[in-house]
Amino acid sequence: MPTATVDGIEVEFELGATVLQVCELAGKEIPRFCYHERLSVAGNCRMCLVQIEGGPPKPAASCAMPCAPDMKIHTDTPMVKKAREGVLEFLLINHPLDCPICDQGGECDLQDQAMAYGVDHTRFEENKRAVDDKNMGPLIKTIMTRCIHCTRCVRFSTEIAGVTDMGLAGRGENAEITTYLEKALDSELSGNVIDLCPVGALTSRPYAFTARPWELRKTESIDVMDAVGSNIRIDARGREVMRVLPRLHEDINEEWISDKTRYIWDGLKRQRLDKPYVKKDGKLQPVSWDEAFDAIAARLKGVDGKKIAAIAGDLADTEAMYALKGLMANLGSANLDCRQNGSSLGGERSSYLFNTTIAGIEEADAILLIGTNPRTEAPLINARIRKRWLEGGLKVANIGPVADLTYDVAQLGAGPETLSTVASGASDFAKVLKGAERPMLIIGQGALARADGAAILAEAAKVAETTGMVKDGWNGFNVLHTAAATVAGLDLGFVPGQVGKGTRDILTGAMGGEIEVVYLLGADEIDTGALDKAFVIYQGSHGDAGAHAADVILPGAAYTEKNALWVSTEGRVQAGRRAVFAPGDAKEDWAILRALSAQLGKTLPYDSLGELRTKLFADHPHMAELDTVQTGASLDLSKVGKAGEMDGSAFRLAISDFYLTNPIARASAIMAECSALFDGRRQEEAAG
Amino acid sequence: MLQDKDRIFTNLYGRQDWRLEAARKRGAWDNTKELIGKGRDWIIDEMKASNLRGRGGAGFPTGLKWSFMPKDSGLQHYLVVNADESEPGTCKDREIMRNDPHLLLEGCLVAGFAMGATKCYIYLRGEYIRVRERLQAAVDEAYDAGLLGPNAAGSGWDFDIYLHHGAGAYICGEETALLESLEGKKGQPRLKPPFPANMGLYGMPTTVNNVESIAVAPTILRRGAAWFDGLGRPNNAGTKIFSISGHVNNPCNVEEEMGIPLRELIEKHAGGVRGGWSNLLAVIPGGSSVPLIPKDVCDTVLMDFDSLREVQSGLGTAAVIVMDKSTDVIKAIARLAYFYKHESCGQCTPCREGTGWMWRVMERLVTGDADKSEIDKLFDVTKQIEGHTICALGDAAAWPIQGLIRHFRPEIEKRIEEASISRSIAAAE
Repeated sequence: MPTATVDGIEVEFELGATVLQVCELAGKEIPRFCYHERLSVAGNCRMCLVQIEGGPPKPAASCAMPCAPDMKIHTDTPMVKKAREGVLEFLLINHPLDCPICDQGGECDLQDQAMAYGVDHTRFEENKRAVDDKNMGPLIKTIMTRCIHCTRCVRFSTEIAGVTDMGLAGRGENAEITTYLEKALDSELSGNVIDLCPVGALTSRPYAFTARPWELRKTESIDVMDAVGSNIRIDARGREVMRVLPRLHEDINEEWISDKTRYIWDGLKRQRLDKPYVKKDGKLQPVSWDEAFDAIAARLKGVDGKKIAAIAGDLADTEAMYALKGLMANLGSANLDCRQNGSSLGGERSSYLFNTTIAGIEEADAILLIGTNPRTEAPLINARIRKRWLEGGLKVANIGPVADLTYDVAQLGAGPETLSTVASGASDFAKVLKGAERPMLIIGQGALARADGAAILAEAAKVAETTGMVKDGWNGFNVLHTAAATVAGLDLGFVPGQVGKGTRDILTGAMGGEIEVVYLLGADEIDTGALDKAFVIYQGSHGDAGAHAADVILPGAAYTEKNALWVSTEGRVQAGRRAVFAPGDAKEDWAILRALSAQLGKTLPYDSLGELRTKLFADHPHMAELDTVQTGASLDLSKVGKAGEMDGSAFRLAISDFYLTNPIARASAIMAECSALFDGRRQEEAAG
Repeated sequence: MLQDKDRIFTNLYGRQDWRLEAARKRGAWDNTKELIGKGRDWIIDEMKASNLRGRGGAGFPTGLKWSFMPKDSGLQHYLVVNADESEPGTCKDREIMRNDPHLLLEGCLVAGFAMGATKCYIYLRGEYIRVRERLQAAVDEAYDAGLLGPNAAGSGWDFDIYLHHGAGAYICGEETALLESLEGKKGQPRLKPPFPANMGLYGMPTTVNNVESIAVAPTILRRGAAWFDGLGRPNNAGTKIFSISGHVNNPCNVEEEMGIPLRELIEKHAGGVRGGWSNLLAVIPGGSSVPLIPKDVCDTVLMDFDSLREVQSGLGTAAVIVMDKSTDVIKAIARLAYFYKHESCGQCTPCREGTGWMWRVMERLVTGDADKSEIDKLFDVTKQIEGHTICALGDAAAWPIQGLIRHFRPEIEKRIEEASISRSIAAAE
């Protein structure tokens, strides 16, 4: 490998590296505002200037300069220092001195660099520039006078989010960052521009003026808004979650998160179930835990296990489902399901996972989307597909509703018939898949959550088989889940046994009277109208559809309030951590089930989360292997799904409104505002 | 003084017809086929031997620049002619394009062939409406005569020329901003490297040349490198069109030998300074972006790249702006500072923030509403911009002010003192 010296330190580097990267290899920190590893190089802030021996007698922008072998780089000469001080002075002359009222204060690149390269007084005696604030919607607050024109936000939105709404208008000192016609950024990833903004020009609107970074307690956890398992950091003060930020994970979310992940936190404070309730005289009334458990025990007395059923919701954690499954077994019931949407996934683990893995998308060269809109179902997977697409040579085709996915997609058709033409090889895209080195398909819940879901899954498996998607070192068969809980549920076998009933049958059974008691573990996405006749126990965090139908409510903890395991659509087990305590009398979910089991005389065999996990790991060893994905698992495609008659109707998407997919989101005022804005805009566009 | 026989632009003043027939009589398009027949390497070697330095301002050797183009890349190569002549004081390319357009077109073909380009774009300044009409007519004529298009001039080389009209932004005269603009994007300079010769227009190998550099090429090739190199001074060879404006009796464009004394240039061709040489205050010798030189330097300085560099100025585009003693030189430079503030693209920090700052301080220096220490501050600010920006506009904005402070500091200080006195008198009353 070639070498270069940085301030006398010799380092090896790979050709193609920039001078800035080489300086970092040598352990020299280079100040920067516009440069960002994941964005194109702009080279406009001029903060990263270094001196290169033998070059022209002026400093060079290290972020944009390719490093040449034997280059001699200096980062600490008087010339470099003077140049950086000059640039910083220019940045500061028109930057307002409003750090005390700026939300970026304490985590501001400009503040930090001013400590290193700033001077203690100003030489600028003219009036500072003032810039009109721009409307960028309910999520992004703008104070454009603070903008230093680094264009990170513009590059992010055009390159990664794939929307061309942002730009730099005007020129010279009148240049301003703005959105087209001052419309809100129409992207599920828009909030990331706030993290990217090195100053306080773009800040979080909902978080405005609520906290200072140094007062916040930071907890590293896992997001549950979709099945991607984005790594997040939950910042809390006292008992309140103040904000959610992304945490770096190269294989999952890189350093981005979706807007739902970022702005969900106000939903954690509203509509909370903070006391147990029991329905008395037709009305839910607050009671003590003992009274609630007694009411359940009284109702369950003498009821045959076959008449009891349990459904786990989208946000149920692994431990709670494990405990509930144990309790149902103790009660003699096999009627349990973790698939609220009624899909028939299950069985062989690799038949319901996103086998290619998210990082693996970058190696794919052809993708078939079946009944899925990854942009709303898993924005970060969509961003990964776009990243791959931008590199060139990727062909994407879609079967299902037409959607703007931010990359070119060949629309093949709308439903199972089209899928069959691909499976039979009649479609042109079948040839593309066959000719591809690493083809993959992504089948979404829109195709699976229907009565003929098993047949469609089998047909998709046939596509995978006939186009050679599963081979040595490559598994291109992917199921995209929308719920954070489903994969864990399927791993635990939280599905009806041979004799048990699934979601569909439980609901019809409850109407018909064959099911008398239904235990809803945070299940709100079902037709609760079907449960009128049954005795409904609802355990969850929010007063949503399930709670409205309940006879007993057991207040549980939301995902920020418990230590729990989550399994992503990739099959990656990750540990979420408690950032704050649950409100009021609410308890962690496994503990509620453990306490209830004792009251019912069916005591579960553990007294702590640690003991539970020991048992869990013994039953399901893969749960102990945190943050790993099992690759190379065999997959017998002929056994995936169940061949059968397919209904001719078109696929419908699993998510109709990105912002309102779960009880926490529906309790959030911010999400409601986004939903109204973007849905309204879409309807406007549809109307023409 | 240049003899008539050595003139390249024999119709600079438009006294003869600009059309093809007349141009041919003056020697344009003569033997073009044979020139091309001598091959790429011969043309480039001849251009190198002529020691022609780029006429757009930076003075980079033209032959060397052409030789940077890859030989067998298999890619589409482009020749782009920079006709975005926006430097205040400069109007030489305009005269070439409207009075001797065929010299330029022939140059395009020869240069394009030498660098393997089959496509040529001429990027015209937005304000040059009439020039465009004239040039387009000349292009059409050349196509009709078979001098452009497939098998251009019978040379076997296919060559197309497209005119593109800019929208009037000074920054689009910067070669990479010009390419961005040509591609339909916002006119902002690109980072270098990569240089246009490797990755230029649409990512393909591209050379951007000034109109004058291209227009002189056929004549150099016809008359030989030695002839051109024999004119002027070593390393500053050949002839050059000087645009003389300001306080002279007869503002004009004139083709002269490089290295002609400034005084001779002004007195012989421009009818002398208004009110006589002794009435001279200062001269900006190379378009608005080079530092001015005061009269005592003007007395002896020669007009070429190296001589002007020695007196801390530059030849630039050889647009000589003459200021006599009636000039408020501070105000003149303040106006230039405003120009650069207005034309900054806003991409990189030093230029975006610095040009506005400099202009505002300059405006106060005009009225004397400043402190003497601000002169040093202003000089320091110009140094903070110079060499720290993506393109040379930052340097161009800094240099005129540096020149002013270097040569007219007492003038500025005097104004500050006077203003301070009149303020205290006003306060006393």
